Amino acid sequence: MTTKLETLPTPERKSAGAGKPNNRKPRVRESRGTLAFSRAQRGKSLMKHGILILAGALMIYPLLWMVVSSLRPNEMIFREPGLWLNSLEMSNYTSGWSALTHPFGHYMLNSAIVVIGSILGNLVSCSMAAYAFARLQFTGKRLFFGIMLLTIMLPFHVVIVPQYILFSQIGWVNTFWPLLVPKLLATDAFFVFLMVQFIRGIPRELDEAARIDGAGHPRIFLRVILPLMVPALATTTIFTFIWTWNDFFGALIYLTDPDMFTVPVALRAFVDSQSATSWGSLFAMSIVSLLPVFLVFLFGQRFLIKGIATTGIK
Amino acid sequence: MSAISELSSITRRKGKATAAEKKANRRDNKAAYIFLLPWLVGLVAITIGPMLMSLYLSFTDYNLLQPPEWTGLHNFTRMLSDARLHNSLRVTFTYVFVGVPLQLAVALLIALVLDKGLRGLPFYRSVFYLPSLLGGSVAVAILWKQIFGTTGLVNQVLAMFGIQGPGWISDPSTALGSIILLHVWTFGAPMIIFLAGLRQIPNMYYEAAKVDGATTLQQFWRITLPMLSPIIFFNLVLQIIGSFQSFTQAFIVSGGNGGPSDSTMFFTLYLYQKGFGQFDMGYASAMAWVLLLIIGVFTAINFIASKYWVFYDD
Repeated sequence: MTTKLETLPTPERKSAGAGKPNNRKPRVRESRGTLAFSRAQRGKSLMKHGILILAGALMIYPLLWMVVSSLRPNEMIFREPGLWLNSLEMSNYTSGWSALTHPFGHYMLNSAIVVIGSILGNLVSCSMAAYAFARLQFTGKRLFFGIMLLTIMLPFHVVIVPQYILFSQIGWVNTFWPLLVPKLLATDAFFVFLMVQFIRGIPRELDEAARIDGAGHPRIFLRVILPLMVPALATTTIFTFIWTWNDFFGALIYLTDPDMFTVPVALRAFVDSQSATSWGSLFAMSIVSLLPVFLVFLFGQRFLIKGIATTGIK
Repeated sequence: MSAISELSSITRRKGKATAAEKKANRRDNKAAYIFLLPWLVGLVAITIGPMLMSLYLSFTDYNLLQPPEWTGLHNFTRMLSDARLHNSLRVTFTYVFVGVPLQLAVALLIALVLDKGLRGLPFYRSVFYLPSLLGGSVAVAILWKQIFGTTGLVNQVLAMFGIQGPGWISDPSTALGSIILLHVWTFGAPMIIFLAGLRQIPNMYYEAAKVDGATTLQQFWRITLPMLSPIIFFNLVLQIIGSFQSFTQAFIVSGGNGGPSDSTMFFTLYLYQKGFGQFDMGYASAMAWVLLLIIGVFTAINFIASKYWVFYDD
């Protein structure tokens, strides 16, 4: 499954050799002898790796420290900047798991419901809109497309107050609907745009052939386009997963009943409810909450990287 | 790149529909609107409707219980004398003007080091990218709160060198700085966009420059920077828009109150307190529109200024 995202048309730079493998020769002065040349090169490359490893370690250190701290007894956390463990303390995990009114698994389940619903909503509604924008001619297309692009940049605070009023009047506060319905209605315009770009890269001959065979738009969409845009759908799935899993603001506003808490609000409630001495179990649950994101990162890296590189989502 | 350049290209070229296209238009119209239906409903019900509603509410006094009461410009004149609001603007501007350039500079620097056909690129890329995936989460904000706490990791390390560090997040003069640092730490996403941009600079430019005897630094100023300017612009616009809306980190690090002494009271945090803490929905709506205006002005300035420094080679 080679991803097509790399070959997406990137408007202003198509002349610049898109998709060229990144194997530029290191630039070293060529007047030197071969031996000196390679030695200088090796020294330079060693230095570069040294700097990168150091910088990388600095980047990752806080995360590793959190993992290690979650396995330490509480009184050790405040005294130990290093990463070594004298003993493996699993009690942080067991006490953290049951520190709130519900076991932590309850909040994970709530998050999972919201995440899965959001993914389905985004996949269905964004791909439909993208098909219309990429393949169909209709009145107002240019205008709507412009509006769609603008909504990508719209700060959500401008709509959050009335949205809250709307959803609270329907009686949807403390349900998952306020978090799911916007996804079902393709309000994550980023993904619409991503998919439009992707569909534009699929040869039109394919749908024209299908049309000659008598297929209508629904069939072309379902049988021709959708199967070919799996990489774009995967990118959407992964980003929706991570963003929804991490979403704090929406959950903070709409989910005030502990029964309905998703992981981020539960963690926040944890911070508020515990005294400063239970950092260990707080870290333990933080690790638990980051684990799904980390796993998605591990398996979906390729799509994540391509998705950002081509559209700038993060 | 992508959304932003698409938007400017829409305004640039005027559509000329031929007779044949118009016929195709009519044929596709119905299908298109069916495909667009979820997005259109979302646009009206979740975006434009609430926007108009919030514009209306910004001229009213509304607390969710009594019906909105028209007060004209009162909310806006209240803002003029609201010292906490002024402070929140100052905090937000500091965050944006320090955090965004710093983050982009680091992202560009690391991207440059990673660009030159380096061995182990996927590994380094992952290491530097991971924090930007996790950075928006409550868990990492909690981690940050501890790292920069009085007995936190940073001070533990400083203590090894015999330095007594301050309580970073409990000291008003350093609290914002630690949140800015969290922002800089998440430079992975713009870094990947930079990497993609660097790949598209044709190698022949560098070769020609080398023949002319240009130094590495000259090559950077004369080739890399101009060729990369559309990407820098893209990252800049995106990061500024995003940073103005930052919320979660400040909320968690400050325990929800923007402390100590309002030093991390972001505009969005104040908006949240007004709207969802005190149910002063009219004022919160007015604030949201001010935020939209600020972001709009900065984006416009960016676009206008870009004419002078962004270089398109086509």
